[in-house]
Amino acid sequence: MSRLIRTITLLAIAAAPFATAAAQDLSRDDMRSLDGQVQEIKSDVLSIASELSNLEERLLYPSNTQVAVFVAIEDNEDFRLDAVKIEIDGELATHHIYSFKELEALQKGGVQRIYTGNVPTGDHQLSVTMIGKLRNGTEFNKTDQFSFAKGVEPKALGITLAGPGLGNNGIQLGDW
Amino acid sequence: MYRAPFSVIGLLLIAGLATSPTRSDELKDLYFGEALYYAHQGYYFEALERLDTEVAQYAGLDEPELDTLFYHIDDAEFSLGDFELRYRMHHRAGRAIKAVLEGAVDEVVRNDAAYRLARIHFQKGQMEDALLALERIDGKIPESIREDIEFLRANVYLAQEKPAESFEVLKRLQGSKSFGGFAAYNLGIAYLQDGQRQQAIEQLDRAGQISSDDPAELAIRDKANLVLGTILLEDGEYGRAMPYLNRVRLDGPFSNQALLSAGWASLSAEDYQRAVVPWSILAQREVTDGATQEAMLALPYAYGKLDIHGRAAIHYGKALDAFGTEVDKLNESIESIREGLFLEALVREEIRKDKDWVIHLRSLPETPETYYLMELLATHDFQTGLQNYLDLADLRKKLVSWETSFDSFDDMVDIRHDHYEPLLPDVDAKFRELDSRLRLRREQHKMLVRRRDDLLTTPRPEFLATPEEMAVLARIEYIEEQLKDASTPFEGALVWRMQRLKGLLTWTLETEYHARLTEFEHNLGKLDAAMTVAQTQYDQFVRSRQAATHSFEGYETPISRLRARVSEAIQRVDLLMKRQGRQLEIVAIDELMARRGRLEGYRDKARFALADSYDRATQAQARSEVQ
Repeated sequence: MSRLIRTITLLAIAAAPFATAAAQDLSRDDMRSLDGQVQEIKSDVLSIASELSNLEERLLYPSNTQVAVFVAIEDNEDFRLDAVKIEIDGELATHHIYSFKELEALQKGGVQRIYTGNVPTGDHQLSVTMIGKLRNGTEFNKTDQFSFAKGVEPKALGITLAGPGLGNNGIQLGDW
Repeated sequence: MYRAPFSVIGLLLIAGLATSPTRSDELKDLYFGEALYYAHQGYYFEALERLDTEVAQYAGLDEPELDTLFYHIDDAEFSLGDFELRYRMHHRAGRAIKAVLEGAVDEVVRNDAAYRLARIHFQKGQMEDALLALERIDGKIPESIREDIEFLRANVYLAQEKPAESFEVLKRLQGSKSFGGFAAYNLGIAYLQDGQRQQAIEQLDRAGQISSDDPAELAIRDKANLVLGTILLEDGEYGRAMPYLNRVRLDGPFSNQALLSAGWASLSAEDYQRAVVPWSILAQREVTDGATQEAMLALPYAYGKLDIHGRAAIHYGKALDAFGTEVDKLNESIESIREGLFLEALVREEIRKDKDWVIHLRSLPETPETYYLMELLATHDFQTGLQNYLDLADLRKKLVSWETSFDSFDDMVDIRHDHYEPLLPDVDAKFRELDSRLRLRREQHKMLVRRRDDLLTTPRPEFLATPEEMAVLARIEYIEEQLKDASTPFEGALVWRMQRLKGLLTWTLETEYHARLTEFEHNLGKLDAAMTVAQTQYDQFVRSRQAATHSFEGYETPISRLRARVSEAIQRVDLLMKRQGRQLEIVAIDELMARRGRLEGYRDKARFALADSYDRATQAQARSEVQ
């Protein structure tokens, strides 16, 4: 084997663990210490976020007027949910268009808080519209009306959606 | 030489262990569902924030069994640890999972927790602790993690350099759907680590022939063939190495290295013509790849060996130009990192939305050539540092947006204060009046209820007299009193008349008593209803009054405390970002400088070889002319 080949081979062998060697130049203790500090600040910021959410809730949505609407998808549903529109007492509360990631999160069992707002105590009307596409390509648009009573405590309304079809209720309202 | 395979094990393990929170069939707690919604999208900060709050509230309940989270509390506590792990908060994740492990929980839950804890220790490089956690697994094991546990156990043994301990575990996993390919490869590496060369060759040969459609399994199959080919090449068994190197797919992640090694195998066997084939392919590939650069130099060398010096000179020339360009690019990249452009580019939102963002960094103006950083980026330490930097950048964005919201909060509180404050004295005055009236009515109501109760036990008809009747009765009693004192000639007749009148009244009261008592009872019922309405209105008034006060009072302290915390956190994040960023820059520059050094070496070699080839080509031409 010539001198050139030997040199190249040696370079090739040296190259394999090279990246690791460069990373090892940094003090491992320094990196660990920095990593520990990053974890600490994450923990602190989480605690700030929690306190801030609490404050926001108190300030913006006091218990006696707070209403929150959640959206979930029925188990084993494979329809494509494109959008949901929520109206309370005839007024548009929110209109949400779903990204692929959001839809996937709902299909895996996640629950979306789609709206938080304020309504006075008493009886109210909720209108839910869902727009989507069935697996066979049929587009659908379904609206249902519900009544709910708002008391002095925060009100959580859970909407469960299913693709319209035999045996499906489409839009269901649960009270939590 | 076996370093690369181990780094692959680590990467595979992380990929293999990546599990997502499973769908709960009967979700009873919306807030837990909300945390899952964020987690399923990879937003672990938001998921943690919500679940943390929910679990903390649950912990403070007197009767937790009445709360909807009661049905999911084990899952929720697990998920907390899981999200923390995914958000790279290993310290907290470990604590959360240990807490589950030490609680009085079901065997299945405890085993799941022990596995997760072992996984954390493994990722942190704490192999003894990982093994201790795995040893706590006993009894019923959830089916979904049975193989994960065994694969982790084998990898802990391998990381501890106890390959013999992993043999049995890896053999059991050979038929596994999820880990079959990885276990086959790792078993080969374990034999190699244990010095059982022949066994290792046979096992890697098997691992290199598995059939699969899964890209990860196909990659590990390529890796097995490459490792096996390289072992044989290093042992001088060039002929035996070739089939294994040829098995590596030409479009897989290990093809460049396989092509390079195939060329060396042929060259070492002095089959120069055959060496030209893989190197010719490789020399056309991405020039930033180390294997390609080496092939660009090796290819003309092979041509030289074949006495085709003219073509060798052309290829050396090409290599020289390419190396020169690459050295310039590396210089620019080093400069751009020194100017801080690397870190600036890293945090750009549009780049990070793409899963190949690291590669696409190079398409941005004035950003470093990231292909040269690919190997570095694959290392665990750099990845940790990079992820930490990106996490810190995200935290900073959040904190800065929160900081601006405090001013809005202050404005909101001020506006509410200015609106309600002047109204409140008047409202309070009206409230006091309403309050005293309501108190009076309550007393009256109580008195009537008492009277009704008394009448039910001791009938008193006069209590149910109408106001007119009571006035008449009072008048009669007055006249009777007058008649007692006065002596008049009509006294007898008057007394008789008075008694007749009184008798008439008494008759009415006595005969109508039951009807009147029934009506009284009926009216009292109506009064009760009216009192309830009045009390509800009173309560609503009190609540509205409280809500008005609460809408602007009591916020000053929390807002100023949060403002201070956020400001202090921003300072800390800035400091940490600087330190972390500097670390990344140093490592990246070192890597690029090393690559530059290697390229400069190649360039020198190419320059000398080019001159040599020209000489030889000229000499050959002269010889042929002479002949």
